[in-house]
Amino acid sequence: MEAVRKVEGRAYPWGAKNIDTDIIIPAHWLKTTTREGLGKGAFESVRAQPGNVFDDERYAGSPVLVAGDNFGCGSSREHAAWALADLGIKAVIAPSFSDIFSGNAFKNGIVPVVLPQDAVDRLVEVARTDEITVDLETMTVTTPFQDRFPFELDAFRRQCLMEGLDEIGMTLAQDTAISKFESGMAQSRPWIAVETANEGTALEATGRT
Amino acid sequence: MTVQPRTLYEKIWADHVVERRDDGTCLIYIDRHLVHEVTSPQAFAGLRAAGRPVRRTDLTLAVPDHNLPTTARVDAAGHELPIADAASAGQLSALRANVAEFGVPYIDALDARQGIVHVVGPEQGFTLPGTTLVCGDSHTSAHGALGALAFGIGTSEVEHVLATQTLLLKQSKTLEIRVDGTLGFGVSPKDVVLAIIGRIGAAGGTGYVIEFTGEVIRAMSIEGRLTVSNMSIEGGARSGLIAPDQTTFDYIQGRPMAPRGEAWERAVAYWKTLPTDPGARYDKSIVLEASDIAPSLTWGTSPEDVVPITGSVPDPESFEDPAKRVAAQKSLDYMGLTPGMRMEDVAIEHVFIGSCTNSRIEDLRAAAAVVKGHHVADRIRQALIVPGSGLVKRQAEAEGLDRIFTEAGFEWREPGCSMCLAMNPDKVPAGERCASTSNRNFVGRQGPGARTHLLSPAMAAAAAIRGRLTDVRELMSADA
Repeated sequence: MEAVRKVEGRAYPWGAKNIDTDIIIPAHWLKTTTREGLGKGAFESVRAQPGNVFDDERYAGSPVLVAGDNFGCGSSREHAAWALADLGIKAVIAPSFSDIFSGNAFKNGIVPVVLPQDAVDRLVEVARTDEITVDLETMTVTTPFQDRFPFELDAFRRQCLMEGLDEIGMTLAQDTAISKFESGMAQSRPWIAVETANEGTALEATGRT
Repeated sequence: MTVQPRTLYEKIWADHVVERRDDGTCLIYIDRHLVHEVTSPQAFAGLRAAGRPVRRTDLTLAVPDHNLPTTARVDAAGHELPIADAASAGQLSALRANVAEFGVPYIDALDARQGIVHVVGPEQGFTLPGTTLVCGDSHTSAHGALGALAFGIGTSEVEHVLATQTLLLKQSKTLEIRVDGTLGFGVSPKDVVLAIIGRIGAAGGTGYVIEFTGEVIRAMSIEGRLTVSNMSIEGGARSGLIAPDQTTFDYIQGRPMAPRGEAWERAVAYWKTLPTDPGARYDKSIVLEASDIAPSLTWGTSPEDVVPITGSVPDPESFEDPAKRVAAQKSLDYMGLTPGMRMEDVAIEHVFIGSCTNSRIEDLRAAAAVVKGHHVADRIRQALIVPGSGLVKRQAEAEGLDRIFTEAGFEWREPGCSMCLAMNPDKVPAGERCASTSNRNFVGRQGPGARTHLLSPAMAAAAAIRGRLTDVRELMSADA
């Protein structure tokens, strides 16, 4: 993953609430077996409406999206994060995010920035005319008008973003600890290991499925 | 030594910590991993690129569900029929190739056990109490019904679990949702969970793991509990746990992948230690009274937009939150509804009974009980019954439910996700309205421009018969 330290540029001034991942990328775009090229399906139903922010030339290619409460709710599809990344979005600012989406965003180098509603309202206003800066060093969102909104990120996730770390590689370095846990589990919860997996049997009992 | 009373969630969490970092992030062991065709290809590609194997194939189970058409899968000679959509076919064949390459246990589309991943897991005894269970699908919360800490993950996490059998997580806050009393006539588990989401809102559970408690939950079958836990995510919570009890043990015992013999005895003894201790504290608790819950449904485009069937379409101006006012007006425009309209006056064109929320045998029995002796209304263009698995289908056929449905004018289909998500051929056309037992009424969820009302199987059946949204109790009492 590419390291992210600062995101600066124009921003889509959207602010819509409860944007679910079906809106970010509808299901018929999920039939792909790669992570690339989903930008063209992003916000399809929104872009079908005239005057939408995503087709407004002023905001074309913006690296920041200013959104509303509960952004990324619904389906766990990581395709939503891939679609945003493919559009060139590197930070989303909203009053809150769904838990699954924010995890997916981090893993794709997109910073989910949580700010209070009044700060988000102000940024929607600024974004119509000017650039916004999200800085992971100083943990602030700033504007050319001296606005300065501090935000918080989980320390580990911030480090992963800033250093572009490979999480799987890091976890595999803990292999000894995982193996030790598995040995302990084989003693304390031996039923966890599945012995009859996929043996081709089906349950036959009246009224049960 | 005094032991601090703990919640069910805290006990499962503690038993799965491999390592704890200074900042509180924990490496959590994952006991069970369900895989389907949509969210796994990029994960397998990642493993392949890095030369990594699947660490524990025995704890992994793959089954296709999202893309599969629900029409016949084999011809009269028993040969597999091709899938018309090339992209869907490609994703399904990618799963077949990936499970073969990586040695992952797999239930194929043509296997009698195939079904929606969240129906198959419990049905096969793969889902067990006190386990951590993940899947690249947000409705993985369903498995919490058996006391598993189960949650949806993204594809990067799917790859992480395949490679390491762990995830890096921070402990969530706990939210108890207690439902006291006894459910009224005609009120189902779907109505309970819709009422809960209506109460807490679509983001009410964000950052929390829910534990559903109370008499109403205890009295529910596992099928009913699966419906409730399934929709935890629609209230923002990744997981929705229900403490394992005798109902749970009776459900699991004898299933193909469940422990047997001495292992079963040890497992049950452990599972009995899991329920929340008296005096344990939740970060937040909410109580609902069963007597306040009526047969319910959604009017808008968020699962929080819930009204009783006896209610009316709300006036956007009646919401205090200005953002909600705007959202409600947009929802009404999309749904083609006007404030004050009685829900029972809303005519429909489509009915869908299925999805990981409501496609189990009890759901089909409940729908069939309403349908029996009636016929689907003339204005209904399509009424689908899609069993959650091949085994549910077979059981329903053994009980003659398929004939009740087909004689009434419903289509009896092959198992899969079907009309829940507009990814396979089952879709609702733009501008048309569907009474659906699925879990999401989002804009475009059942097809571009499709209008969705979420409700229970019995309510969907009643809507099919009347051709409009209907209080199922009228049909039930008429038959009684």
